[in-house]
Amino acid sequence: MPELSHVPGEPLHNPLLATQPGPYFGVFGGRYVPEALIAALDELDAEYRKAVEDPEFVDELKRLLRDYVGRPSPLTEAPRFAAQAGGQGSGVRVFLKREDLNHTGSHKINNVLGQALLVKRMGKTRVIAETGAGQHGVATATAAALMDLECTIYMGEEDTQRQALNVARMELLGAKVVPVTLGTRTLKDAINEALRDWVTNVETTHYLLGTVTGPHPFPEMVREFHKVIGEEAREQILERTGALPDVVAACVGGGSNAMGIFNAFLDDPSVQLYGFEAGGEGIESGRHAARFSGGHPGVLHGARTYVLQDEDGQTRPSHSVSAGLDYPSVGPAHAWLHDLGRATYEPVTDDEAMDAFALLCRTEGIIPAIESAHALAGALRVGRAAAERGESPTILVNLSGRGDKDVATAARWFGLLGGDTDDVNEGDQ
Amino acid sequence: MRTLVEHGADVVEIGIPYTDPVMDGTTVQRAVEQALEAGTRVRDAFRLVRAVADAGAVPLVMTYWNPVLAYGVDAFARDLAEAGGAGLITPDLIPDEAAEWIEASDRHGLDRVFLVAPSSTPERLQLTARASRGFVYAASTMGVTGERATVGDRAEELVARTRERGAELVCVGLGVSTGDQAAEVGRFADGVIVGSAFVRPLLGDGPWSERLAALGAVVDDLAAGVRRARQGASA
Repeated sequence: MPELSHVPGEPLHNPLLATQPGPYFGVFGGRYVPEALIAALDELDAEYRKAVEDPEFVDELKRLLRDYVGRPSPLTEAPRFAAQAGGQGSGVRVFLKREDLNHTGSHKINNVLGQALLVKRMGKTRVIAETGAGQHGVATATAAALMDLECTIYMGEEDTQRQALNVARMELLGAKVVPVTLGTRTLKDAINEALRDWVTNVETTHYLLGTVTGPHPFPEMVREFHKVIGEEAREQILERTGALPDVVAACVGGGSNAMGIFNAFLDDPSVQLYGFEAGGEGIESGRHAARFSGGHPGVLHGARTYVLQDEDGQTRPSHSVSAGLDYPSVGPAHAWLHDLGRATYEPVTDDEAMDAFALLCRTEGIIPAIESAHALAGALRVGRAAAERGESPTILVNLSGRGDKDVATAARWFGLLGGDTDDVNEGDQ
Repeated sequence: MRTLVEHGADVVEIGIPYTDPVMDGTTVQRAVEQALEAGTRVRDAFRLVRAVADAGAVPLVMTYWNPVLAYGVDAFARDLAEAGGAGLITPDLIPDEAAEWIEASDRHGLDRVFLVAPSSTPERLQLTARASRGFVYAASTMGVTGERATVGDRAEELVARTRERGAELVCVGLGVSTGDQAAEVGRFADGVIVGSAFVRPLLGDGPWSERLAALGAVVDDLAAGVRRARQGASA
């Protein structure tokens, strides 16, 4: 059994990594945005710092997370899935943090409610957001309905087609969905268009950014609103197993769910942290979204971080079967943890992710989001390697979202729709 | 470039195409997309800088920050200075993040044009005025580049506030597209910056001679507007 790095319930000895404030995470982060937005970012930063010290705000957010979202989300052990990770009797254990059971179906709602409460405090009346898979758009549209805010969601045209059901959800919730037809017509271009809207309407509008990137204070603030994931999981797994997990695994697009679950373990050196990026069709194919394997430090969307780019600094298009991971940049704190060596980032291909997707469906009766399936595939990889070394780790996986939105994609992938098997991967026979 | 200079542009802003131009409206976005599809490279800008300098105007480069970072900040400054460039306009680089650029521009004697906006606080106007060299770029309205029917009345106030906070020269851009607007802005600003109105005539499908003639007419109109403002100011 791994040793406890500290007594459960006691404060962490050295909470330096977990409480790192913005704007800088090592050489990463900052504010690479037009001057026109600085006043709004300063206002947001000040309001955020006041709010987290204000018991009224803290209590209201706690109440919403409990009564509206359904927190704490359960921790589910997945023994039949784990048997595939290490082989029967290997002793590898897999626990799933069930963010998929949150209201709106993913972890995104945690951050959205926190920011939406800030919007009310700032007296703004309109929110805008980008969305890739639609999870953040749905969560934002939900909070806007709940708090009576006008809401516009920018979504790449390609994603509106991949995730048509989520477009309908957002519209049912009263949001306006604007398909973005510029550039690569995916998440990156949705963020560009949201930034243009924000520069124009910043006096009445808050940009409810959905991940741990962008200009300060977003990377720090979004981490703080999601750190509840790791705090709950830490307590739950200690209670269940009497020990910290050996491995924590999460998928990383912008990186909000990963940061949310990593944060509570950053200062426990015994816990290995793994972030799994979209390897798409493989790194050598050039069609992927693996910023740490295929990118370099640069600036995109307000932050200095790892970016998929060519030698001229032009952003390279990303690719993934998962719209939520299909993004050429990553949160600056992940870049920092990567360079520090505190977390390990590896690509998972479309094929590996879809295999893990199917495996969780069949072994545990849980349909995961394709984003989260990347974390599951990574957990299988880490578990198998450990089992080969004769180790039997406990692996905590952040199941960041549910797969309802992905059923059409999965049905096409696995050829369940009869005739329409264009997207079925030939190598996966 | 020659058309712009022959028809009266004093300073020519050369924009480096970038995949993610968040400060630009649809006209410039379309131009950027065409330029990138045609294989335009960052280093091509230095050739244009030389052409503008040879034609007798002052070449300034406008660029988002990542292409400069990828080129290397000091190498970029060196090559820009060697080509005869006067400096850089940096729409997504604020002085707070510009330590490396401030050092490189000092070393190579280049101007640093940072932006201010109607939302800028007095403290930020002062910070930006101090960090700038050459002139300060005042964004006439809250928004992205593109032609507008009117230039907001906040521009005049912003120019005055920026001067109060120590800026010597303040030029106004965003939305200026006609001679009358240029005349209006020229009365209170030290310069008028025009982008989209020059790009639009070039985006058409017609023969280049016609597109350049259309561009020349736009420049004539705008330059005349600025001259009217200058005569008004000296009268």
